[in-house]
Amino acid sequence: MELFFMSLTTGIMVGGIYALVALGWVLIYKCSGVLNLAMGELTLIGAYVTYSFYEMGMPFILAVFLTLLVGIVLGFLTERIFLDRLIGEPILAVIMVTVGLSFFLKGLIGYLWGSDTRVFEPSVFDIKPISVGILKISPVYLWSFILAIVLLIVFVCFFKYTRWGLSMQATADDETAALSLGVSARFVYSAAWAIAFMSAGVGGALLGNINGINISVGYLGLLVLPAVVLGGLNSVPGAIVGGILIGLLQNFSGTYLDQYFPGGVKEIVPFVFMAVFLLFKPYGLWGWERIERV
Amino acid sequence: METSEAILKIKNVEVKYHEVILVLKGVSIEVPRGGMVALLGANGAGKSTTLKAISGLLKTEDGEVTDGGIEYEGKFIHHAKAAKIAKDGIVQVIEGRKVFEHLTVEENLKVGAHLRKTGSVKDGLQMVYHYFPRLLEKRNETAGFVSGGEQQMAVVGRALMTEPKLVLLDEPSMGLAPMLIHEIFNIVTKLNREERISILLVEQNVKLALTIAPYAYVMENGRIVMDDSSEKLSQNEDIKDFYLGMGGGVKKSFRDVKHYKRRKRWLS
Repeated sequence: MELFFMSLTTGIMVGGIYALVALGWVLIYKCSGVLNLAMGELTLIGAYVTYSFYEMGMPFILAVFLTLLVGIVLGFLTERIFLDRLIGEPILAVIMVTVGLSFFLKGLIGYLWGSDTRVFEPSVFDIKPISVGILKISPVYLWSFILAIVLLIVFVCFFKYTRWGLSMQATADDETAALSLGVSARFVYSAAWAIAFMSAGVGGALLGNINGINISVGYLGLLVLPAVVLGGLNSVPGAIVGGILIGLLQNFSGTYLDQYFPGGVKEIVPFVFMAVFLLFKPYGLWGWERIERV
Repeated sequence: METSEAILKIKNVEVKYHEVILVLKGVSIEVPRGGMVALLGANGAGKSTTLKAISGLLKTEDGEVTDGGIEYEGKFIHHAKAAKIAKDGIVQVIEGRKVFEHLTVEENLKVGAHLRKTGSVKDGLQMVYHYFPRLLEKRNETAGFVSGGEQQMAVVGRALMTEPKLVLLDEPSMGLAPMLIHEIFNIVTKLNREERISILLVEQNVKLALTIAPYAYVMENGRIVMDDSSEKLSQNEDIKDFYLGMGGGVKKSFRDVKHYKRRKRWLS
């Protein structure tokens, strides 16, 4: 039973971080219809940038905050340099560009930070687990979860209540109509990339805190894809629920299935689940089915 | 028409799509400040293209103004970006009730206000709800699910939120019940009179358009073929015959083949 609750809490907490990364996917897809396959690298860059700031002796929170700022800058730059001239081209071409971008960034990361596993030193959070009843939660998970949730709330409020967020949603709905009201598509795309960079980056930093930073953090970024698809590619709440769901699946399968299928069953289960799930709900949980009026 | 007080002057504009397809072949239109002008014509005459040329939306469809000029408030705008044109006070209400389906009615309106100063959004909402009380009732409903008439109101209201000086209205009556059409046109007339918003109205419902706009242009095959005050136009035999369907005061039958032998004289 203890094992069950352990998996449950860890699942939810890691899921919170996945949700953050998933938000990045959803945003770019929602606003521009592009599946950003470089998302894993965005996650990785975030992890390394936070690490570098932390190494300079800054407090972790400040490092995360600065990572957010770097995320904005990189997001705008990426959009301007690589994607701006592709506005209006076929979506597939743009997706291929993100694949190229992924390789490019991977190379850049290797060049800048090398391929050794880096660990946050001294460790950011207390190693001693906090006990709540029979549960033992490691502070890394708890704080990461809290930070992820806070950021998620901030982003969701941004979409719901600010004019920029609303105009981004409007562009996702009908680009021409948004343009006729003076919403600049370029701005919306840049903003989407900036936010994607921010959320993925912080997600990466948090994940890096748990297992150390190496190229596999990037794969974790990709692992979030099932979360996104589950939630429905263009639903923000869907991304959050999907993220937590994937976290749970991963941890439960790690706990209970690993003895039968030794090896990476943890990594595969989310994808299997996604495939089966999509058979029954092809739009995901809350994806847009076209609103048809009768 | 007096040229001195025109807010918008289109001079001999030529539009090409994909650099080869000539859609507008020299269109000239003037909209007086605070006035309302109707642009009439059959399907494919180039009415919507004219509006898109003004609002700059043409560029998203790979269209371009290749000759002539569009002058708004004394400045040429036919090379400006759509977002800039909207900011300067021209807003196009695209045909087909393009609401942002997944946002609520009020959020739709707020998107229209995204260029406004923060404090004035509330005033804007109040103004829109004053003219469209129905939207106030539906403000928290998802725009994709309200009725067609309410969607059209939301779209016009959304355009008002940009504090426009000139509204380009593209077929507001399309697919709506006659009652609703009258309601919407009443509001449009009120907006024109009370808020002094200039309106360029594209409409297929010629009879209706001629009753609410004092001046009208008739387009055919990418050209303006006629322009006059609405009174004169509705007396014009050709207009009666081809657009109002009551030429000569006698009811025509489609069996009467001779009817088709009459040419539109103005076409060359």
